[in-house]
Amino acid sequence: MIFPALFFGAWISEVNAGPIRVGEFASLTGASASFGQSSHKGTKLAVEEINAAGGVLGRPIELITEDDQSQAGQPATIVRKLISQDKVIAILGEVASSKSLEAAPICQQNKIPMISPASTNPKVTEVGDCIFRVCFIDPFQGTVMSKFARENGWKKIAVLTDVKQDYSVGLAEFFIKDFLANGGQIVREQKYSTGDKDFKPQLTSIKASQPDAVFVPGYYAEVSLIAKQAKLLGLKVPLLGGDGWVGDSLLKVAGKSLDGSFFSSHFSSDDASLMVRNFVEKFKAKYGEVPDDMAALGYDSAMILADAIRTAGTTDSGPLRQAIASTASHAGVTGKITLDPQRNASKSAVILTIGDGGFHFVKKVEP
Amino acid sequence: MIEFLQQLINGLSQGAIYALIALGYTMVFGVLRFINFAHGDIYMLGAFAGFYTAPKLLSLTGGGPSYGGAALVLVAAMALCAAAGVIIERLCYRPLRAQPRLTVLIAAIGVSLFLENGGQFFFGADPQAFPEIIADSAIELPASWGEFASLTLTIGQLIVIGSTIVLLAALRTIVKYTRTGMAMRALSLNPLAASLMGVNTDAVISFTFAIGSALAGAAGILTSIQQPSIDPLMGINAGLKAFVAAVLGGIGNIPGAALGGVIIGVLEALVVGYINPTYRDPLVFAVLILVLLFKPSGLLGKAEREKV
Repeated sequence: MIFPALFFGAWISEVNAGPIRVGEFASLTGASASFGQSSHKGTKLAVEEINAAGGVLGRPIELITEDDQSQAGQPATIVRKLISQDKVIAILGEVASSKSLEAAPICQQNKIPMISPASTNPKVTEVGDCIFRVCFIDPFQGTVMSKFARENGWKKIAVLTDVKQDYSVGLAEFFIKDFLANGGQIVREQKYSTGDKDFKPQLTSIKASQPDAVFVPGYYAEVSLIAKQAKLLGLKVPLLGGDGWVGDSLLKVAGKSLDGSFFSSHFSSDDASLMVRNFVEKFKAKYGEVPDDMAALGYDSAMILADAIRTAGTTDSGPLRQAIASTASHAGVTGKITLDPQRNASKSAVILTIGDGGFHFVKKVEP
Repeated sequence: MIEFLQQLINGLSQGAIYALIALGYTMVFGVLRFINFAHGDIYMLGAFAGFYTAPKLLSLTGGGPSYGGAALVLVAAMALCAAAGVIIERLCYRPLRAQPRLTVLIAAIGVSLFLENGGQFFFGADPQAFPEIIADSAIELPASWGEFASLTLTIGQLIVIGSTIVLLAALRTIVKYTRTGMAMRALSLNPLAASLMGVNTDAVISFTFAIGSALAGAAGILTSIQQPSIDPLMGINAGLKAFVAAVLGGIGNIPGAALGGVIIGVLEALVVGYINPTYRDPLVFAVLILVLLFKPSGLLGKAEREKV
């Protein structure tokens, strides 16, 4: 009996000395590939920095990434694979709320902590005490834009919602609630579905209601076409939106038609703070492009996990979960991150405007 | 009133696209009595043909967006789609012509899936920004029109509606006044009798596929002028809507397909503008069910007795 025991002991110490395996799932291809590619680049950069600085607990982090192809059903499959085959100690992902909601129950069942970089729908962290996020949630984002609209003196707002996305419906709901409660007027509510291409009927109806601005809390693929068609129909008011606007193809399709519009987001590469400047430099050096929100959030999610492993002093799920939950004032590139008892990040939002083919910082809004 | 007229214009420009696609369904049904379910994907191929050829063709005409360049892109996409249609018919449908019609129908579904997934593989699943081939902008209406001057009519919409009318007139001329057109009509009445009269059935069927696919290719380009975001799955929904349009107008009937397309387009715009956008697709397909229940021959189709 001595031999097997020795052998087993040696095997265990071998595992402990090896890299710490962290799973990541993202939409690297498919309709929301823009989101997945960005968050993955940010996450990878963070892991490389951590490893260059000697890793955590003296061990390097090994990032195992799987692509969910932007398809419903895939996140569940690949997260199961990451947990059971790759034996990861934690999961990072996803950007889209509907994908995170698929993976979350599986992580919760297996008691593997999951940190979503950018899913803003409130339901995501309600799944259980192992699910965290490093971004703010929809009620905050909707309210921020409502406040911004009121500050600009816009009294009559039309809302155009994507009824197929929890994200869009949630944002619209909280925007309308806050706007009405503060004496504003919602002059028209119109809807569309993900994948639609012709928005002229909705926009014609919105134009007839003569709004001061239009709130379009959708994703970039549709928003770009909406903006283009709104301009053609002579709807000259600014469009307002949320972080779903951030995508590679937004300005490629929309061209100049989004100039003068505003959206709330997590991060601005214009931010003058040293931390952000450093991050932007390193990101540019590695990928030859300016990081967007999803990249910044991906970076922060990996950094928070690494900090928590250091604090816990182990990769065991109980203490690790505790350590993530007690994250307070973590200095991230997307702001100071404190996780509240509901495991959501309490942090500032930024408002950006579009012009000259790029995004520009307007202001920071504190929670 | 203005809002209603505006919705009619919106509906008309969308309906023109459906009409162009519906023609392909109806023509193939006319000669072969089967629904070519891969037809919507030919429309997608048309858009991608434009996407890949536009930069080269536009540089021939000076680089920027221009009418000459746009016409070249349109012709190129139509030619490529016509070729694709002929090849698909030759490889996938002709060998099955002696088989029961259901076999060809299933083959068509196979071709459709092949084009959609092959498209995702070769073109990428991400939506692509279609190059600007025409500088689309709203047309200034004369102030003397009073309140109608506030209507918005874009150059893109005018081109779509105008091109559709020209293509329809051309198609009608071909079918009514040329020998090939006469052969097509003969084939749709009785294929066996037509071949006994010396009609080259294979050539006429190839020609039908070429024309139908070219029209779908044109629809792909005309859509992309107005909605410059294209993806390999864009043909699914448009194809289904156009199929409903063809059935509504009377499948096999060419003016019927055009009429059906316009009706569906306008109906959609009105539902979205005045009722609820989420009812748009259910309503279109409810139209299909109602037509099949109460007037299966469609608006302009003639009731036909099945020969036993």
